[in-house]
Amino acid sequence: MAIEVRIPTILRSYTGGAKSVEGSGATLGDLFADLEARHEGLRDRLVDDAGLRRFVNVYLNDEDVRFIGGLQTRLTDGDTVTVLPAVAGGRS
Amino acid sequence: MLTISARLRDRIIAHARADHPDEACGVIAGPAGSDRPERFIQMLNAERSPTFYRFDSMEQLRVWREMDDRDEEPVVIYHSHTATEAYPSRTDISYASEPAAHYVLVSTRDPDLAEFRSFRIRDGVVAEEDVLIAPE
Repeated sequence: MAIEVRIPTILRSYTGGAKSVEGSGATLGDLFADLEARHEGLRDRLVDDAGLRRFVNVYLNDEDVRFIGGLQTRLTDGDTVTVLPAVAGGRS
Repeated sequence: MLTISARLRDRIIAHARADHPDEACGVIAGPAGSDRPERFIQMLNAERSPTFYRFDSMEQLRVWREMDDRDEEPVVIYHSHTATEAYPSRTDISYASEPAAHYVLVSTRDPDLAEFRSFRIRDGVVAEEDVLIAPE
């Protein structure tokens, strides 16, 4: 099952510079585990013990996965997963 | 050094003033690799807070795709501080993830005088840079 994963500039050091990579998995969590096998270190930039890291936004097609199941989000062949760095900050 | 037109600088300041006392945020896109800020994109602050900002994730996806389609990148990422100086906070530094972007901070703490400063933030290291106001 092939899923296209779009990688932001900041994480392309883990993908040999590639803007997008392919992976497989029944859920988003499975996909990240699959990617880790070929792109070591990537998973750790996306998830921690509590789930998705707050520094990244992950989208399944046009939806933010935080609203549709997080790491348990179901994937199907032909889906596109997009990773963007969250843009946030503030004075405190 | 950030080179920016007076018009775009003034739009950032106007947005920061309009949203005061909440923090304002946005992007100026430019052709990829050009380092030229050209297209002003005011973003929602999903936090609507005087102490924190976060791009709305769905708006960000739309804007980032649009930049991709136009072969642009975020040349400037700006936000305002409304009660403190225009200098990156620890939170700003921990989130900064566009090594090629100019991080512009505006302070609206003084109603008459806007501070407008620009920084590079790479690997947690902040470097202030000069701002050159250039003709269009």
